[in-house]
Amino acid sequence: MTTLPPLSIEVTPTLIVSTALATRDFQDVHHDRDAAVARGSKDIFLNILTTTGLVQRYVTDWAGPSAVVRSISLRLGVPCYAGETLTFTGRVVSESVIEVVGTNSLGAHVTAEVTLA
Amino acid sequence: MSRILEETDRLKALGWCGERVARDPVNQPMINNWVEAMGDTHPAYREGLAPPAMVQVWTMRGLHPAPQPDDPLHAMSAVLDEAGFTSVVATNCEQTYHRALKVGELLTVRSRLSDVVGPKKTSLGVGWFVTTESTWFSGEEPVATMLFRILKYQPRPQAAAASPITPVVSRDTAFFWEGTAAGQLRIQRCEACGRLRHPPGPMCPACGATSMGFVVSEGAGTVYSYVVHHHPPVPGKRLPFVVALVELPEGVRVLGEFLGESVEIGRPVRCTFVRVGGFHLPAWEAAA
Repeated sequence: MTTLPPLSIEVTPTLIVSTALATRDFQDVHHDRDAAVARGSKDIFLNILTTTGLVQRYVTDWAGPSAVVRSISLRLGVPCYAGETLTFTGRVVSESVIEVVGTNSLGAHVTAEVTLA
Repeated sequence: MSRILEETDRLKALGWCGERVARDPVNQPMINNWVEAMGDTHPAYREGLAPPAMVQVWTMRGLHPAPQPDDPLHAMSAVLDEAGFTSVVATNCEQTYHRALKVGELLTVRSRLSDVVGPKKTSLGVGWFVTTESTWFSGEEPVATMLFRILKYQPRPQAAAASPITPVVSRDTAFFWEGTAAGQLRIQRCEACGRLRHPPGPMCPACGATSMGFVVSEGAGTVYSYVVHHHPPVPGKRLPFVVALVELPEGVRVLGEFLGESVEIGRPVRCTFVRVGGFHLPAWEAAA
């Protein structure tokens, strides 16, 4: 079975805040640590639009610019807090479907299926 | 709770609603901000093609969202906020892109409420799962769809969730914890008959004497038995973890977490200490 080369991303506070703003997601848990802690989180964490974007990037980095992304279906697991390293692994499960898992020190942050045209 | 169910019925009956026009047409500066933040170097995104995964961004409600009572997610969130489910996390997102979007297209989104399920106990707290479907249009043409699920939950106090359980120190056990802090595994000894015992107690089970001292163990032994703890959750611990009962050549058995993956009965282990909430707890690791 074809596997994708892994990709590790350092999830700095800067990455979390810059991607939250670039996705126009102004929920306080993505930029304000005090607010995130008050809501029961350990720190600020990645928003789902960013996780989706990073899954897409991981697959198109591998598939090349001519690949056309048809769909991205993802389920979130553990949060991805500031300070984590997010490591993507992937495998080709059928002609056009790639299964992607992004893990950090707490476990699986995202499990996704990406369909290419 | 009846208010939540009423609002669920009302919004479901509305069907497709909450039409919202994007603040800006698909545009290169916002794409540039997005690819810069994501670290995406796809060349087409520099030349007027929008990243498919960016579709939701165009119609986000922004920093100062205007009230939109017929937006199903917004309306449902407001009712759940009132009911005390004030925190939110997204749990599922399924996006399908019918075609690529180009700079200049102005998008509109319409949504409907699919489902509201709760109250559910989750690791974050008690909450409700709210599922919506959205379709984006460029003019009259549908260009993308999304199923989106969030959990609206009641945050639990942080302290209850995270502070680890620490030992209770008594007059009988103080010597033991003073020992671990000094890197020693101390075993209680009866000063009358010389018998060793563990865990520490006030009186010798053999002769009944109450005068006690201790010896310092070599800290090496073998696994006598163990359990793998999967449930229930333990504050400050990640599951599963292994607790081993280790037999020491001094003649007593000592409990402690087994650190590592390869636990088995009879495995030689050595003592180490892990810091938990100001204490040093004895733990075991495989002897080389």
